[in-house]
Amino acid sequence: MTTLLDHYAAVAGTDVIDHLRQLAAALKGARVVHVNSTRVGGGVAEILTKLMPLKRELGLDARWEVITGAGEFYQCTKGFHNALQGERVELPAGLRRAYEETNRQNAEVLRAALTDADFVFIHDPQPAALLRHFPQRRGKWIWRCHIDASHPHRPVWKYLREFVAGYDASIFSLADFAQPLPHPVYLIPPSIDPLSEKNMELEASEIDAVCAQFHLDRTRPLMLQVSRYDRFKDPVGVIRAYHLVKSFIPGLQLVLAGGGADDDPEGEAVLAEVRLAAGDDADIHVLLLPADAHRTINALQRAADFVLQKSLREGFGLTVTEALWKSKPVIGGDTGGIRLQVVNHHTGFLVSTPEGAALRIRYLLNHRERLLEMGHKAREFVRENFLITRQLREHLTLMVGLLHGMRDRINLG
Amino acid sequence: MTAPTTPDVFVVKDCTLAAIATGERAQNLRELRDRLMSIHPGSIYYHFWGGLLRPRFDDPEYNNDFAFWVRHALHDTRLAERLGIIDPADYSDLELLRQELIEVMEERLEEGDHALTWARPDQQFHFVRAQTVSFDTGLRLAQPATMGAAIPSLSLGSIFYHFIDARRREPQGVDDFRAWLAQFGETHAGLYARLAEVDPYFISLAELRQQLARLFGEFFGEPA
Repeated sequence: MTTLLDHYAAVAGTDVIDHLRQLAAALKGARVVHVNSTRVGGGVAEILTKLMPLKRELGLDARWEVITGAGEFYQCTKGFHNALQGERVELPAGLRRAYEETNRQNAEVLRAALTDADFVFIHDPQPAALLRHFPQRRGKWIWRCHIDASHPHRPVWKYLREFVAGYDASIFSLADFAQPLPHPVYLIPPSIDPLSEKNMELEASEIDAVCAQFHLDRTRPLMLQVSRYDRFKDPVGVIRAYHLVKSFIPGLQLVLAGGGADDDPEGEAVLAEVRLAAGDDADIHVLLLPADAHRTINALQRAADFVLQKSLREGFGLTVTEALWKSKPVIGGDTGGIRLQVVNHHTGFLVSTPEGAALRIRYLLNHRERLLEMGHKAREFVRENFLITRQLREHLTLMVGLLHGMRDRINLG
Repeated sequence: MTAPTTPDVFVVKDCTLAAIATGERAQNLRELRDRLMSIHPGSIYYHFWGGLLRPRFDDPEYNNDFAFWVRHALHDTRLAERLGIIDPADYSDLELLRQELIEVMEERLEEGDHALTWARPDQQFHFVRAQTVSFDTGLRLAQPATMGAAIPSLSLGSIFYHFIDARRREPQGVDDFRAWLAQFGETHAGLYARLAEVDPYFISLAELRQQLARLFGEFFGEPA
């Protein structure tokens, strides 16, 4: 019978899967519970959906619990999210009480599952206050912060820090995103799932059909940026770069693909600016796609000659990882996790201005062999470093590390 | 090379690194030098060798993080080149490597006002340290002649553990392949010498694996 791990072995390599099996042997039967605040939607739920069955197949007793709350609770945690990213957010005492009370109530619901667990992974601020309700806990508790907390709004961080300081360890995606804490701070970049709808191989006919749906001409050069309509993603800068290139390469097409902006007033404003900048140019396609349009995004990424992610500020930038995995060089903004993924002249180019992007667009379209070579390197780079199997390995390593008291070197025999 | 009566079997192990933030950071050369004086030796190890086992491009511009940062955050090409050529394999002890780094930085500081060049706030150097977990793969090899065929299927973690990490382990101070061959006396002296010539620092682990497989294969007359 073909197991899930076998499917991943076919993509990541059998040596990678053997490596996971051997490492996991030291943790066989360990009770591992992940806790977050939503079962569907968002990157955290997406990664947990994939990690749970893999951990179980490796012999761990892995569970996933979800806390529930009401309006004021989510209002407060949305405030945490924005404040960790640097926004000046005031959280009135009423909201903070709702946060603490919701965590207390959820602690009672989850008491049996969490008290005896060997490892508890608490994702993001929403369930972070659970810890204080488990003074008799047996296992190691780890706080996983998926947010760029490099420049938090200090009063909110000061409040949150009280809840997370007591954990046994925390995990941040990059050193730049982390805050000093009185316990080991592990660095584990996120990853993509090569078997998900967003990243799986597609038939050429499906890619053609998506292009036809959006009136894209497959005989002409096509470049793509996938992102929310957000000023930090600089979609207007991308259009500016397109205009700088268009007179040299008249056949060039640009697709900007992003999610809807219904509940985001600023998103709507940015979208309006983007449409204004695009004008009536029939070769600029501004697409508003539903949140679950994973296969469509996948097809567009595969149809593109290369991909842009010209962000002015970025978290890790998983859209970059997705594009690299599809053998597309990326012209990316010189910021955040893009720097870790885009290696100048190898997997793409880092740029700081529309002019810089225009220069690299012309370079790639005039050096097709280099474009293909860079695309090949890009895919191998992701295969080695940014697939879910690597993230799983690092989770296992962390668990072994915590079990052995943070020694520098742990020999499992 | 001395030969005990019965050589051990080669126990194939594997390893993985966890990256842990130290919380120490630097924004200019003087700060980098100062932090380096007291930073945990595991951090120096990580910034020189860790790149082989963590997300990083296999063909980097500079092989250690200090050189890369000095070039791209401080824009000091001259110092980046001097740091980039430092080969950690030349230093038997991380403290000696630390001293060399400090020496090179001191020299640069004395050359001018380089201490005053500041990196952008989002381009600070973050000192990270490594935690190494090693484990048994269950694979055993009794004779060196079988090693050439086994190497291509070893994980990159195994290659790192036996060829690079082994050099840090006392008392041997050499890679595990040579330590094992030495148990067979002079029989494999030629291979021992060729392995000693391999510089693992400027190639990727995948390339190192290929190179080791080829050396064993050639010595024992197998196709690489």
